[in-house]
Amino acid sequence: MSAVLQVRGLSVALANGTRLVDDVSLDVGAGEIVGLVGESGSGKSMTAYAALGLFPTPHARIAGGAILLDGRDLARLTPAEWREVRGARIGMVFQDPSSFLDPLLPVGRQVAEALAAHGESRGAQARVAALLAQVELPDGVAARYPHELSGGQKQRVLIAAALAMRPRLLIADEPTTALDVSVQAGILTLLQRLRDEMGLAVLLITHDLGVIERTCARVYVMYAGQIVESGNTAALFAAPRHPYTQGLMASLLSPAVRPTTLFSIPGTVPPAADMPAGCRFHPRCPLALPDPCAARPPELTGEVRCWRAEEPATAKAWAAHGA
Amino acid sequence: MAPEPLLRADNVSRQFPQRGGMFARRAWLRAVNGVSLSVAPGETVAIVGESGSGKSTLGRMLLGLLAPSSGSVSFRGEALGGLRGAAWRRFRREVQVVFQDTGASLNPRRSIGDSVAVPLRWNLGLGRAEATRRAAALLDQVGLPAGQFLGRLPHTLSGGQRQRVGIARALASDPSVVVADEPVSALDVSVRAQVLRLMRQSQAQRGLAYVFITHDLGVVRAIADRVVVMRGGKVVEAGSVDAVLANPQHEYTRALLAASGAPVAEASRR
Repeated sequence: MSAVLQVRGLSVALANGTRLVDDVSLDVGAGEIVGLVGESGSGKSMTAYAALGLFPTPHARIAGGAILLDGRDLARLTPAEWREVRGARIGMVFQDPSSFLDPLLPVGRQVAEALAAHGESRGAQARVAALLAQVELPDGVAARYPHELSGGQKQRVLIAAALAMRPRLLIADEPTTALDVSVQAGILTLLQRLRDEMGLAVLLITHDLGVIERTCARVYVMYAGQIVESGNTAALFAAPRHPYTQGLMASLLSPAVRPTTLFSIPGTVPPAADMPAGCRFHPRCPLALPDPCAARPPELTGEVRCWRAEEPATAKAWAAHGA
Repeated sequence: MAPEPLLRADNVSRQFPQRGGMFARRAWLRAVNGVSLSVAPGETVAIVGESGSGKSTLGRMLLGLLAPSSGSVSFRGEALGGLRGAAWRRFRREVQVVFQDTGASLNPRRSIGDSVAVPLRWNLGLGRAEATRRAAALLDQVGLPAGQFLGRLPHTLSGGQRQRVGIARALASDPSVVVADEPVSALDVSVRAQVLRLMRQSQAQRGLAYVFITHDLGVVRAIADRVVVMRGGKVVEAGSVDAVLANPQHEYTRALLAASGAPVAEASRR
């Protein structure tokens, strides 16, 4: 499988030198949905913004590494070159569909704008109709205004707009988080269908392990700006190796089981400006040792960033903590 | 035998004018349609449903923030519509609320210590010094050490910390019922468990009743005794959490359960 997106050693920093994303590498192949999972503050959205050349604050910049789209390094593009890539070669979808739609324009016009922005206005009406059909919206939706549509339908409109230029890569940042569970399933199924039909590469960013399990072949787990574990989704969830991944999984609540204790990982995610020395997870980790964990940062080796990953006890890191 | 309900809704409905200008005939949206519900001391009743099911409108009626179009809500046997003066103030003190985004309901310029002290002064009539002392104790209790947090402003806190402030502020009035509308939906999984644990602890210590409005059936299983499933303004299924989630009778409950099935979670507990 050829990788459409190859991120290599990416770092994102603020003007004052604070690193929000530190040495992140990941691949997304054609026809593949890859998950990037982490809690708030883990740097997962910043990674996506870097791949889109769209930082929410002018103070953030790419401080190192490469972002290769079909082999071309995006980190070196000029703003004009970015405008050609963004929207045409890379589509994007975000969490809250309402804030990306103009309430005063019919949604069909807004999908057509995605074409016009790249100089493809000719025959736009027919193409918009085809795009809306592709995302399974009924006829006549093109003439509707955003307030007449449900949240799930609005997200479908935005997916149609994102796909208008037939991009190679779709970056979806929490695309289902604001939607009801039954609507979520429909959007995820749609992404899977588009992946198969268009050979689309999808980078799906979410905090929801259930969404990852349902849709992604491979997954990267981020903590405090770094990837701490990655691998095949089924294998990783069956036997997570990093204590953080294990802690996240133990925090999940299932409707099928009433938990006797409510497990949570103690402490909080460290602020980017104040990262602990050594392993960034060591202040919260049940297995942390003064040396090496608190002393030296672990490398990402064999798809896990943990000094003690090879020890048998690490497979059940939270066993003594009610997990 | 069931204890005397604290808070009770009898066949309540609420409709909202939907559209129509000055001359057009009004169309009405029935957000809640003939719902009955009771909450006994010390129990947790979950109201579940998707957006538009009417669960938050029902919550607002239970809080007395919205009057029912028909039917009635009563507290300790007295209809809310008839409460005046001291009786109304007692209801206001005893029935508290926690919202999804506590950040939006905290005064951004007031320290969180002051935010928690306000209900102590107004609802319990404490003096300034005593209110501050009690606010500090409450913040300690919700896991925000007062020495560190008393003077902080809301924007310097994380989402989970703000939600703890919301809970501390609700507990400050020494309530008997707390209506919590999606209190953990915006939180990360690891923080969510901390907040739920805190809510369980305060319940055990104070004999509080909770009305827990949520769309998350995993949360329902973790915290509630009884569950009411709403759809289109009506109750489609109700009963003990264990019975309803193990053996759902209504197809909508089954669909919700199928959609929220968290196989990862089950795997992790094996």
